[in-house]
Amino acid sequence: MAATIPYEYKYLRAKKRFPHVWCPGCGIGIVMGSIIRAVDAMGWEKDDIVMVSGIGCTSRMPVYVDFNTLHATHGRGLAFGTGVKMANPNLNVMAVMGDGDSLAIGGNHIIHAARRNIDITAVIVNNNNYGMTGGQFSPTTPPGAKTSTTPYGMIEPGFDVCKLMEGAGASYVARGTVYHVTELDNMILKAFMKKGFSVVEALAPCPTNFGRANRQGGPVEMMKLLKDSTINISQLKAMKPDQTEDKIVRGIFVDRESISYGDRYEALCEVARKAAEAKK
Amino acid sequence: MIVPWGETRLIQGNEAIALGAIAADIGFFAGYPITPSTEIAELLAQYMPLLDKKWIQMEDEIASVSALIGGRLAGSKSMTATSGPGFSRMQEGLGYACMTEVPIVLVNVMRGGPSTGLPTQAAQGDVMQARWGPHGDHPVIALAPCDVRECFDLTIRAFNLSETFRTPVILLPDEIIGHMRERIVFPRKEDVHVVPMPVPDVPVEWYEHYHESASNVSPMASFGSGYRYHVTGLMHDKHGFPTRKESEVNAKMNRLKHKITRRLDELEDVRMHDIEESSVVIFAYGSVYRSALAAQAILKKKRKTVGIFRPVTLWPFPDRTVKETLDSKDVVLVPELNQGQLIHEVERMTRDSVRVVPLHRIDGYEITPEEIVDAVMEVI
Repeated sequence: MAATIPYEYKYLRAKKRFPHVWCPGCGIGIVMGSIIRAVDAMGWEKDDIVMVSGIGCTSRMPVYVDFNTLHATHGRGLAFGTGVKMANPNLNVMAVMGDGDSLAIGGNHIIHAARRNIDITAVIVNNNNYGMTGGQFSPTTPPGAKTSTTPYGMIEPGFDVCKLMEGAGASYVARGTVYHVTELDNMILKAFMKKGFSVVEALAPCPTNFGRANRQGGPVEMMKLLKDSTINISQLKAMKPDQTEDKIVRGIFVDRESISYGDRYEALCEVARKAAEAKK
Repeated sequence: MIVPWGETRLIQGNEAIALGAIAADIGFFAGYPITPSTEIAELLAQYMPLLDKKWIQMEDEIASVSALIGGRLAGSKSMTATSGPGFSRMQEGLGYACMTEVPIVLVNVMRGGPSTGLPTQAAQGDVMQARWGPHGDHPVIALAPCDVRECFDLTIRAFNLSETFRTPVILLPDEIIGHMRERIVFPRKEDVHVVPMPVPDVPVEWYEHYHESASNVSPMASFGSGYRYHVTGLMHDKHGFPTRKESEVNAKMNRLKHKITRRLDELEDVRMHDIEESSVVIFAYGSVYRSALAAQAILKKKRKTVGIFRPVTLWPFPDRTVKETLDSKDVVLVPELNQGQLIHEVERMTRDSVRVVPLHRIDGYEITPEEIVDAVMEVI
C-alpha cells in the first residue's frame, strides 16, 4: 500500500527547502504544524496568505511554508505586516516571532499593532531565550534562570506576554504550549477567525540552549515540564490558590469584538470624501 | 482634483513633494512626524483618504520604512518623508529594501546635525549618509531638488526611477528647499510621464523573483497576485531563498551593483552654466545652487566669468562628466552646507593641478551669494 502523504505537505515547500534549520527537540516545527492545520481549517488559498517574520529561530519559519513569505528585519515583522495589510486588505496576514524578536527589539511594534487592532494574527513562540545566537536572556527569561548572558542568574523580571497584549488592546489573546497541540491548533484557528489583532503565545522548549543551561533535561523531559508546569484556565476555579501559584495558565484570555484598523480606515475615507463633497 | 495640473500656485517645497507623490500615483504612505518634513505627511493625510489610498502614522521611523516595504510588496507604490534623526533610524529598512530590491521612495528634508542638531534649520549634512548609511555594499540613487517646481518633478522621477531600477530612491531637499514658498506653474498631466508598477508576464512556475535579465532588473510580482515567493534580507538566490553558495552570492552582489553602474546614462542629471568659457567653476547643489546662480550674476557685473556645475542626481555621482568638464579648470569652488562631503568626490575626479576649494557653512543658515562672490574673488 502506498504511503499516504499528510495533507500538511501541500502547504510546505517540501521538496525544495528541507531539511530545516531547527535543532532536534525544538518546538517551533510543532507550532508550524498547528499554523498549517489552522490554515487548512480556514480554507484559505495559499496565494492569499502572507506570513511575515523578524529574525531568529522562529522567524526562519516562512522559508518552509508555501505562502507569500517575508523574512523581515529583527523585531519588525509586524511593521512589515502592517504595510502588507494596509496595501492589500484581502490578504490574510500572520506574523511569526520569537520572544526576543517580538518583545525586546520588536516590543514597540507589537504594542502599537495591538493598540491599532490591525487585522493580523501574531504567533509568538516563547522559548525563554535567544536560541539562534546561542542562548542569551530574553524579556521572558524567568528570574533566576541561567543563560549565556546571565551566568549568575536572571535578575530582571520577565514580561507576561498575554497581560501585555490585553493591556495594549488586542482583540484576542491566548496562551498554549507545544505539548498541548490540539489546544494550540484551536487557539490559532480562533485567532485566524478573529477580525482585529490576535495573539497566540506558544510555550516551547529550547533543549539546546535554555534547557541545557538550566539542567532541564532533553527534549522529552522539557516536554513533560510543559505538561506539568501549566494548567488550563478551566482548571483554575477547581484548584486552591496554593496549588496554582507556580503554574503557568493556558487558555484564551481575551476574545472581544472591536473594530479593526482596516475597517476604521475605510470609514475614515468615507468621512473624508463626504466632507470634500459638502465643501463643493 | 488634488494636483492642480497646468495651473499656477504659490506653494511650499514640501507641499510640492506631497503633490508629486499623488501625481506619481502613490498608494501607501507610512511616516513619523519630524521637523522639517512634517508638512509632507500632514498634506498626504489630508489627500490620500479622498483617493482611497492608504496613509498611516507609525510608532517610529523604523516601523515606517518597514511598513513601506510591506506595502510595496503587496502592490502599492510607497513613500515616506523624514529628516536627519529619522533618516538615521531608517537605514535598517533602507538596506533591506536595497537587498531585497523593493522600490520605495524616502524623502529626507535635510536639517542640521549630528544628532538632534538644528531641527528647524538647513544643512546638506546627510549626503554621505544617503550614500553609505546602510551597512554593506549596496546601490543608491539620490536626487537633490533646488526649487519648488523641482520638488514636484523630482518626486515623480524618484518614483519612476525606483520602479525602473527596482531599488529605493532618496529625495534630498535641504530645509531651505522644503520650507521655501514659490510661485510655480504645474505641468499639464499629459506632459508628465509616470512609470507604472512593472508586473511579470511569465507563467507562475517560471517566475524568478530576481530574474537575471539583460537590464539586471526583472519585474516584481506582488503578494496576492498568484506568484508566491520568499523575501529575505539574508543573501539569496534568484528565487529569493537563502544561500551561501559563492557563485550565487557573487551573482547577486554584482547584479545589485551593475543595475546602477551599467545604466548611468538613465540616472545622470547635471546642469551646467558657462562652463566652457570659465576657468573657475562653482560646484553646487540644492539651495546652494541658487546662491551660486545669484553669485554668478553679481560677478558678471564685475566682468568676472565663472561657470556653474550642478548635479541633480547626487548618487550615483556623475564621475565621467565631472572628469570631462572640470579636469581642465584652474579652480573649482565647492560651497556646501556641511564641513565638506561631495567635495571629496570632486577631488577624486579631478587631477591635482585643479584647485578644489571648499566653502562651508554649518550654522543652519544659507550660503549667501555674497559669500560665494567673496570666495571667488579670493581665488581668482
